[in-house]
Amino acid sequence: MTTIQRILTIAVIVLGTMLTRFLPFLVFPKDKPVPGYIQYLGKVLAPAVFGLLVVYSLKGVSLFSGNHAIPEIISIGLVVLLHLWKRQMLVSIAGGTICYMLLVQTVFS
Amino acid sequence: MEQKKLRENRRGVRKKAFLAAWPYTIPIMTGFLFLGFTYGVYMRASGFSVWYPMIMSVTIFAGSMEFVAVNMLLGAFHPLQAFLMTLMINARHLFYGISMLDRYNGKGIKKWYLVFGMCDESFSVNYTASIPEDVDREWFQFFVTFLNHCYWFAGATLGGVFGPMIHFDLKGLDFVMTAMFVVIFMDQWRKESSHVSSVLGLGLSFLCLLIFGSENFIIPSMAVILGVLTLLRGTLEKEEV
Repeated sequence: MTTIQRILTIAVIVLGTMLTRFLPFLVFPKDKPVPGYIQYLGKVLAPAVFGLLVVYSLKGVSLFSGNHAIPEIISIGLVVLLHLWKRQMLVSIAGGTICYMLLVQTVFS
Repeated sequence: MEQKKLRENRRGVRKKAFLAAWPYTIPIMTGFLFLGFTYGVYMRASGFSVWYPMIMSVTIFAGSMEFVAVNMLLGAFHPLQAFLMTLMINARHLFYGISMLDRYNGKGIKKWYLVFGMCDESFSVNYTASIPEDVDREWFQFFVTFLNHCYWFAGATLGGVFGPMIHFDLKGLDFVMTAMFVVIFMDQWRKESSHVSSVLGLGLSFLCLLIFGSENFIIPSMAVILGVLTLLRGTLEKEEV
């Protein structure tokens, strides 16, 4: 690829990304009423998306080979316990991450 | 009245919003510096100059997309294919936008910057964070987005500059993002009266991951989630009231 082609490719990726972010706001501008169905989706989609993001962030993990997701399961368990107990976002995240790093660098390395 | 007060101490308002927003972004700072660094190193190792990760981290600002972009840039010139691929990988942003229609409801450049910077993490924090009553909501959202943007840029730049020189063992640090999404999922869970959508999102995505594999499961997951939520509209809307 020439430099111009690279720049064009990057521009196209920027355009595509921005389209996915701007489209809902362009199709449903503030001054016009949003259809009931879209309002409904606006309420119920987000919780489902958070579930999707959890799975998405784990997509590279294999249940059936390697460590069989054991470090992930243990560390997520710890995040959940810490968060139920302390409800301090940073404590839960730091605890789980340190646990995971220790596991994959020692026991499961 | 309210408007006048805001104008009188704009700086105070901004500072307050910044101080409220920043703690929410600390895990993202860790994750983005690390992942951005990895991305910068990866770009350099793939033969690009440091300008590429710097410019791409600011303009694209969508983590996974930028990793995919490296391969696109190394291959043959296929702009249409690159465009369609981008739409597929980033299609989930459409869901974020629909969820944020009534939350990003300001005007002018600040609102459009929020939309521009709506990556997974900015969306998640700005959707779930309990913003205190006395903090300006739009400035809070702005600082969350802007700080995330800075972290990602800083990570990519540092990785691009120093990556080829240093070695260290930070294996597993990327789990910080998983941990954050788990926490955000739990916070959402605690706030909602019905858990149907949360359970569906987690379960259906996992099912699609098993069926379609890690490279192709996002679009089927979105389609199935959308389909099932549409079918459940009658039931779920009744529960809301």
